Amino acid sequence: MHQTNSRNGHASSDAVFPPEIRAQAESATPDFYAFFGYPETLDIDLDDLQEAFYARSRQLHPDRFARASAEDRDLSLRASSLLNDAYRTLRDPLKRAEYVLARHGFDVGQQRSSNVPPELLEEVFELNMALEELRSGDEDARGALEDARTNFVAMRAEIDEGLVGAFARWDVARRNRPGEDTAVSRAMLAEIRGSLNRRRYIQNLLRDVEAALAGQTA
Amino acid sequence: MANLLQIDFGDSSAVVGIDLGTTNSLVAWMDLTGPAILEGPNHERIVHSVVAYTEAGEFVAGEPARETLLTQPERAVYSVKRLMGQRAEDIQGELKLFPFHLAADQDAVLRLQLGEKTVTPPEISAEVLKRLKANAEYATGKTVRQAVITVPAYFNDAQRQATRDAGRIAGLDVLRLVNEPTAASLAYGLDKRKEGVIAVYDLGGGTFDISILRLHNGIFEVLATNGDTHLGGDDIDNLLLAIALEDLASEWGEDVSARHQIVQRLRRAVIRAKEELSFAPAVSIEFAHEGRSYTRALTREQFDQLIADFVEKTLAPCRQCLKDAGLDASEIDEVVMVGGSTRIPLVRLAVERLFRAKPHTELNPDEVVALGAAVQAGILTGSVEDKLLLDVTPLSLGIEVMGGVVAKLIHRNTTIPASASETFTTAVDGQQNVLIHVVQGERELVKDCRSLARFDLRNIDPMPAGLAKVEVRFLIDANGILNVTARDVRTGKEQSVEVKPSYGLTDAQVEAMIEESFEKAEADLHERQVREARVEADSILLALEKAKSNAAWDTLGEEDRERIERKHNELLTVYHSDNYELIRAKIDELNDSTMALAENMMNTAVNTALKGTKI
Repeated sequence: MHQTNSRNGHASSDAVFPPEIRAQAESATPDFYAFFGYPETLDIDLDDLQEAFYARSRQLHPDRFARASAEDRDLSLRASSLLNDAYRTLRDPLKRAEYVLARHGFDVGQQRSSNVPPELLEEVFELNMALEELRSGDEDARGALEDARTNFVAMRAEIDEGLVGAFARWDVARRNRPGEDTAVSRAMLAEIRGSLNRRRYIQNLLRDVEAALAGQTA
Repeated sequence: MANLLQIDFGDSSAVVGIDLGTTNSLVAWMDLTGPAILEGPNHERIVHSVVAYTEAGEFVAGEPARETLLTQPERAVYSVKRLMGQRAEDIQGELKLFPFHLAADQDAVLRLQLGEKTVTPPEISAEVLKRLKANAEYATGKTVRQAVITVPAYFNDAQRQATRDAGRIAGLDVLRLVNEPTAASLAYGLDKRKEGVIAVYDLGGGTFDISILRLHNGIFEVLATNGDTHLGGDDIDNLLLAIALEDLASEWGEDVSARHQIVQRLRRAVIRAKEELSFAPAVSIEFAHEGRSYTRALTREQFDQLIADFVEKTLAPCRQCLKDAGLDASEIDEVVMVGGSTRIPLVRLAVERLFRAKPHTELNPDEVVALGAAVQAGILTGSVEDKLLLDVTPLSLGIEVMGGVVAKLIHRNTTIPASASETFTTAVDGQQNVLIHVVQGERELVKDCRSLARFDLRNIDPMPAGLAKVEVRFLIDANGILNVTARDVRTGKEQSVEVKPSYGLTDAQVEAMIEESFEKAEADLHERQVREARVEADSILLALEKAKSNAAWDTLGEEDRERIERKHNELLTVYHSDNYELIRAKIDELNDSTMALAENMMNTAVNTALKGTKI
């Protein structure tokens, strides 16, 4: 069998896997930010991230190592799955925020949204009534549901706007006190977690409303 | 460092791309001009995916098996791709439509009866692969041991594993399983436009896939995929066949549906009519048997009505795929049509309407997947450097949690390789085993998803309940196949995992099949190794001959030249012997003796190139 050569991109592992990528790929608790060589920020330039993702895919994908040693093939598999996992998390602002929250010791369980946020109690009560009416065949409820949908979409947009500002504030606070979790920056994260929970709750309501509206028209 | 064989006078082994289809299979490779289909003897481009077990106790695949299907249908099988990765209970619906003869004894893997032989779907597919492999060796004059094999994008883990098993049984090292629509997009070379979003609509003999990709400087990034692994041209054939059988029953006063031979011949007649209808506004189904004849006119309008529901069934996955990709139909720049069933005008029309774009049909829809598989083989061997596929997993992966509910770990349309980790603990004091049930599918309840495997974490250190912590890592590799590893969180050491696949063959069973297939062909094997050694000898002899006319030969020292001549003669002496080990040893010796020559040649080449620039 012929030896693989570097012209084909099948180089030895030292040249292909930079030490920092190798370290992250072999770690039991890899750091998505360190993997991309980014500082830990909540705001990320998505175009830059996408370019970095493509560049690293070319470098690390198992297709580049099909005829390499078993060790390099294994490292490529770990590194590229980490690349994909990191990219998927960082490119989505909500997943990114949850990731950062978890890194800072915040509990971000998916199931927490069952408690109704107090400010939504009244809305939810009316919504449930309307859903019930529509299910029992009362088409008049359709208008109420459509209003609710408009209302929830607006609320979601408002939260998203708030998150953009909160992300930027946290990034500034961290830049001023690098690597330090201050009481102020933690309070910011707590606020972000609150917004995320509220957003998730609204998202679930929206899903129910849309299912109910679509179900009746189909 | 360099030696003669490394100077590229032509590699003695070839890596091929294989489209293992429901109806037809093809093999291709990258030649100097690009991907090309490899033809077997008699210019055989397509191998029909039909396998028969002859009375002489041999398997045949392709055209001879297709003949057996007409004369001795109980000894032959077609469309076996529908059975890959399935169990007997999964295919009860298919049994009404396809003449699959199930064997009496069934377990985690389906068994068919072909004559007196009991076989599994991977073994049957392996026969088609062997034939393709032989065709490729015939066409290239090289040995073929490594291949890329395509699978429907919507194939689940069990179906993929079964395909990989088929490759192993056929003596192929399967370098990669690549999704058919993605392979097709590679063949189309649409990356020349550099940027854009394309949809690949792939309607084959038995499977349907839709994939949406973003192209970016040679990167083919799949955004979403969807499909149905039991929907294809076969289903249209069955619709037509049902009508013809009904006609026969009323015209001839005889129900022939249980007479396999007649049914198979009738099936051929309706397929011919279906194919002609793609080019003619009206055709007639014609059939004769024992002096009785049957004719039925069929217009395209009638045909379109007949298949309207079928075509509509492909559109729902398309809409879901668009939704998953986060795109509107108007954002699709180009649509590519793949698979023989996309020749049907109604299918083209429906796709054109949905995506509001005229679909690409320039490449032969039967060949484009194999061509793409060859490109992927080129990517893996390094001969194609500018392209890269980033594919996704078609189905969500989850584990069973309390109450038979699925907790999803890796969502559908996640770029692969992808991984997820989950920490498990014990529920009872001193518990040493934890059983993890892994499923694939989109539904919330385990019973509605597809069971993949049960993983048994064993030999956990006995401790009070809840203290032991085992982290399990689920990794879907670039083939779309799941790998599971586990680690004791406390000690950091690897935890042993026993896998009980819910479907398909165990590793031991595959090994046994490989062995059986080789044992039977032991004489074959020896013959083959001799032949392979001679092919290799040919390539070094040819290389040497060329090298001797190179300027570098003259710059070589007397001693080196003599040594090469001596080794050359030694190889010629053993060339016609049956001792392949000896032939190989002499090849190696000759190769080693050419080290200085090869280096001189490279230097000469560099000098020539430098001189050339001055002219």
